[in-house]
Amino acid sequence: MSFPNERLETSLILASTRGDYEQKTGAVNVPIYLSSTFHQESFDSFGPYDYSRSGNPTRDALEKTIAELEGGTRGFAFATGIASITSAFMLLSAGDHIVITEDVYGGTFRFVTEILPRFAIEHTFVDLSNLEEVKNAIKPNTKLIYIETPSNPRLGITDIASIVEIAKTNDCLTFLDNTFMTPLHQRPLELGVDMVLHSATKFLSGHSDIVAGLAVTKDEELGKRLGFIQNSFGAVLGAQDSYTLIQNIKTMGIRFEKSTEAAQKIVDYLVEHPLVEEVFYPGLPTHPGHEIHAKQSTSAGAVLSFRLPNRATTKAFVESMKIPVFAVSLGGVESILSYPTTMSHGSMPKEEREKRGITDGLLRFSVGLEHVDDLLADFEQALKIAQEV
Amino acid sequence: MSKKSLDTQLVQLGNLSDPITGAVSTPIYLSTAYKHEGLGQSTGYDYTRTKNPTRAILEEGIAKLEGGDAGFACSSGMAAIQLILSLFRTGDEIIAPEDLYGGTYRLFNQYADSYNIRTKYAKFDSVEEVAALITENTKAIFIETPTNPLMQEIDIEKYASLSKEHNLLLIVDNTFLTPYLQRPIELGADIVMHSGTKYIGGHNDVLAGLVVTKGETLSAQLLINHNAAGAVLSPFDSWLLIRGLKTLHLRMKQHDANAKEIAKFLENESAVKDVLYPGKGGMLSFRLQKSEWVGPFLQNLNLIIFAESLGGVESFITYPATQTHAEIPEAERSARGVDNSLLRFSVGVEEAEDLIEDLKQVFESLKNEENGQ
Repeated sequence: MSFPNERLETSLILASTRGDYEQKTGAVNVPIYLSSTFHQESFDSFGPYDYSRSGNPTRDALEKTIAELEGGTRGFAFATGIASITSAFMLLSAGDHIVITEDVYGGTFRFVTEILPRFAIEHTFVDLSNLEEVKNAIKPNTKLIYIETPSNPRLGITDIASIVEIAKTNDCLTFLDNTFMTPLHQRPLELGVDMVLHSATKFLSGHSDIVAGLAVTKDEELGKRLGFIQNSFGAVLGAQDSYTLIQNIKTMGIRFEKSTEAAQKIVDYLVEHPLVEEVFYPGLPTHPGHEIHAKQSTSAGAVLSFRLPNRATTKAFVESMKIPVFAVSLGGVESILSYPTTMSHGSMPKEEREKRGITDGLLRFSVGLEHVDDLLADFEQALKIAQEV
Repeated sequence: MSKKSLDTQLVQLGNLSDPITGAVSTPIYLSTAYKHEGLGQSTGYDYTRTKNPTRAILEEGIAKLEGGDAGFACSSGMAAIQLILSLFRTGDEIIAPEDLYGGTYRLFNQYADSYNIRTKYAKFDSVEEVAALITENTKAIFIETPTNPLMQEIDIEKYASLSKEHNLLLIVDNTFLTPYLQRPIELGADIVMHSGTKYIGGHNDVLAGLVVTKGETLSAQLLINHNAAGAVLSPFDSWLLIRGLKTLHLRMKQHDANAKEIAKFLENESAVKDVLYPGKGGMLSFRLQKSEWVGPFLQNLNLIIFAESLGGVESFITYPATQTHAEIPEAERSARGVDNSLLRFSVGVEEAEDLIEDLKQVFESLKNEENGQ
């Protein structure tokens, strides 16, 4: 039972322990059930768990947690972020059409352009900030509008409520990748979105030690259908990783808050730096969609992107940065500097990439929990070296 | 159903321990704290050091397998011995065999130095020899059988009678044979201990110790000491041991069969001076004709791993002189038989023919080198 008017920060800590598995021992943390199968007491009525792919008590605690946090009715945990996205796409059938944000994560792009066409599921990439373009892209067989906001890597903003309205008018579902904002700061289901997706590898887990994906639905029928897909495709999250995720979610609130604070300071610094051509951050008043973001989210987030003049300065800068890891992924306790051109968007052809503004000078920075002054000093010295190139 | 056989008990350990879900594999409770329903109420679990649901499955399991009354899972084999030593006080004496694991020997020395709890060493060739060492301060006989690394068998029953006669505790380190091949409590021992790291874990991936006691007073005392000193086994490692126990019978059968074949092979090998094998279990030792062969022998092994530890599915050869028994001064060590040509072999569960081929090629290379010189 949740506390009356409980705040989300409290739910982060308590949500995983509302189940009944602990009643026997009183354990304050959910046990890790590695058991693949479950004994049935009765010949003809089976208990809640029979086979671990279909349902696992540890994973169940996680799934209920994310459902509660997102304000949905059912949660689903998958082996990776992309497994949650691809499982969600499996709700579609041959002949269906998707309208999808052009500023999309490279892994989602790869799936939509290379795998879905094999099942005769077609797509149109659009700029979701242009509502006319969205309306024009909708066809009689369009079944889904797919949203990422803020998007990856240029942190483009989509007006969730407006897209939902277009979708509802056209009898389409909406899926939203909420990885960058987390349920603490953006609540898509409350805005009418049908399914929320997460790469839980990122802020939800936050320690760069597991890969995981989560999906949440509100509508019971849709939840039932996704549950069927989850069980029949079987891309489920293991019990140990489910446990790690449950524990890590408990510090997500304070981690996210601290990283966001630092991100704002780094953005302020970068905006003033002569070598930096452009800074992408939803908290900047000049950022496209800033006001829409402020309306639908309560944080500007802990990820920013910025553009340096060219490949040479970018290379010098990356090689001179001492604190962040230079790697794919984001949302960890350690700051992560990524180069979308070869990393998150490496699976996108060059012309598609450049169309999306992912040039050779674009870098993405996921702010970790190091002291912000150390990060700023690191930027200062590395940009100085890059300037001399 | 009749009394379950040991094999069945091993396989079934922890099954259906959780009626709420019916989980077949016991869950891992990492929770450190356990909610109390009310004042003075407890589910039986309060704080994980005191009692943990996953560790409890292992502890009850090993107690049953050894035929004892209580089991205690510790963070290492040495922590298990330390737990047993917590029964003694300043002035007490223990009698132990000269051929003893180096780590145990080191701990006994430390207890002598720091707490004046002294160990007297005997060859254990005869009961009379040991009986002669008993004084009014003697409180326990601590044995390993077979001994490490000389594989000497000590007759548990005989020393159990001697212990009863003098009101001593008989403590048996059962690491080498496991309850599958030897059940010391049934032969009269009071306490059995294991380095669970070895055959019980069996996969060279977990460090653990186990203690099993017979009798209420002893069990109650160790329960207090286990919680008070706190060197308990973690839930995850407890689960790994439970998992290891499920195949203990299969592994021990294979270790035993392979070791018998290897012993036969080594006995007929001219480069080998002697083979020490008690005729059961997976451990054997052997001496090379020349101690200078040890280096090249170990270097040229292809399949068998040169490493410390034993009891895993992988075959290990250990050099006691510098590894397990480095704690014992050389003169004393050699006098005890742990000389510089002795090698200890933990025979794994690989195909025995492959192990023999590996040994063959090493012996051939030794001889070739010798002839070439």
